[in-house]
Amino acid sequence: MWGTVPEPVIVAENLVKRYKEFAAVDGVSFEVAAGESFGLLGPNGAGKSTTMRMVGAVSTRTAGTLSILGMDPDRHGPEIRSRLGVVPQADNLDTELRVRENLLVYGRYFGLPRAQVARRADELLEFAQLTDKAKSKVDALSGGMKRRLTIARALINDPSILLLDEPTTGLDPQARHILWDRLFRLKEQGTTLLLTTHYMDEAEQLCDRLVVVDKGVIMAEGAPAELIRRYSSREVLEVRFGSDLNAEVAGRIAGMGDRIEVLPDRILIYSENGEAELVRIIDAGLRPITSLVRRSSLEDVFLRLTGRTLIE
Amino acid sequence: MTEVDDVRSAPPAARPFGGLYAGNARSVMARGWRATRSTNWLVVVSGFFEPIFYLLSMGLGLGALIGTVTTASGQEVPYAAFIAPALLAVAAMNGAIYDSTWNVFFKMQFARLYEGMLSTSLGPLDVALGEISLALLRGGLYATGFMVVMQVLGLNLSWWALLALPAVLLIAFGFASVGMAVTSYLKTFQQMDWVNFVMLPMFLFSATFYPLSVYPQPIQYLIQALPLWHGVELVRGLTTGQVDAGLLWHVFYYLAMILVGLVFTTRRLRALFLD
Repeated sequence: MWGTVPEPVIVAENLVKRYKEFAAVDGVSFEVAAGESFGLLGPNGAGKSTTMRMVGAVSTRTAGTLSILGMDPDRHGPEIRSRLGVVPQADNLDTELRVRENLLVYGRYFGLPRAQVARRADELLEFAQLTDKAKSKVDALSGGMKRRLTIARALINDPSILLLDEPTTGLDPQARHILWDRLFRLKEQGTTLLLTTHYMDEAEQLCDRLVVVDKGVIMAEGAPAELIRRYSSREVLEVRFGSDLNAEVAGRIAGMGDRIEVLPDRILIYSENGEAELVRIIDAGLRPITSLVRRSSLEDVFLRLTGRTLIE
Repeated sequence: MTEVDDVRSAPPAARPFGGLYAGNARSVMARGWRATRSTNWLVVVSGFFEPIFYLLSMGLGLGALIGTVTTASGQEVPYAAFIAPALLAVAAMNGAIYDSTWNVFFKMQFARLYEGMLSTSLGPLDVALGEISLALLRGGLYATGFMVVMQVLGLNLSWWALLALPAVLLIAFGFASVGMAVTSYLKTFQQMDWVNFVMLPMFLFSATFYPLSVYPQPIQYLIQALPLWHGVELVRGLTTGQVDAGLLWHVFYYLAMILVGLVFTTRRLRALFLD
């Protein structure tokens, strides 16, 4: 296999999903290679979930071509779904069943043999760090545990691709880090991941490559570091002058740094050297209430591309 | 890449009914059985006793005052033997309707259970058949228990009564199938109340407690158009031993209900979860 480029497991070309007049996904193209971790980054309503549903073979496309594992979801929906693991945005665990039962029953939906499902369920409970919760009711689990159970459930059929729609939305920071650790392990084991997120840190942590999506179209594509390099400066200086003054001050510091973004609550100055910009601002006689120098992130890439912040 | 290219050349939706059925409805049934075992058993038990209470209070209590009733085919039977088969048909209807409306509504709107099922290799017909079969299984258990009570009380007047068991399953299948189809179109709890609004009068007026002949002709036609009357007449014919070819019409009525219900349920689940 040395030297061969792995065949893409997902190929989308000009993918369109239209609901009456509204185009939720408007001509999206991307390819995901086997073993790759690929992200769709964008704000709520960008068309990420709709794209996921089409890839998951539970929503038919309006136009374009789509191939999942070499098959067309319109013709081979069940075959494709049998090889996918799906983690939906909102947990849809079976609350009438206990934790381990959720895995057993779900495995049987795929028509897998009972013994195999039982063995796999125990492995996955271990992986999801839920072994001691095996007999608990689902409702008694914390948000992070439910998410881990949902991921374990999605892995019961040993899927070729794992689809994760906003995997850590609504979780507290600690639970997010535990989840990222689990997902990172999957990635190391060679599982292909396709995930949507509106958290830039999540995208940076988990994605080998990603597309930035807004209003149903792709704005940019690349590895996180590459996108940051291409669309942003090395550092960002964030200064706050108070809501009333931000706009007024913006006029006076125009021309500083490579570029300036004025947001309602703060001003962002993009530069190779944030500290130097701060010195210039203070030299100009301005006194920001707070100031912060940080490295550029995907958030800045998104702002640059769309003029809006990711989380509004 | 040849396989991918081949797929690309195919027009979308070339198999519009592909993937409706994976032949795995039993996994949906197995899920329901587990869920019933762990959380819903009380509902199951109460459904078992309800028709028996009706039979005891009305059949034995009221029956002592009423004496005998003349059936549609002109036979004189004790009042309890007259209403027992009707109550059996009603129990089948109620069990099937409860399972296919309230239960299904909850799973669809709140638990989002079907969304999860349909992201596996299951198709909508697997889900519909699995849920309906479970309702039937439950209906069958109720019916068997009730038949035993009838036998003990001497209300089965003929060996034909044995066929009442499959007849009850047929009735339950018809109601479950249509019930699930209707539920899949409903969106709010208020709309769910309409189901009760239809069910209660149908229970009271479908020749359940007295012969159809008490009504003027136009009302009789109306009652005969509704499904429960067919169920009552079918079961009553069997338990009282008045069997003729006319009973087959009732069977056909239910077969039609089953078919129509399944078609609409499958179509609707597909539209809701696999558009």
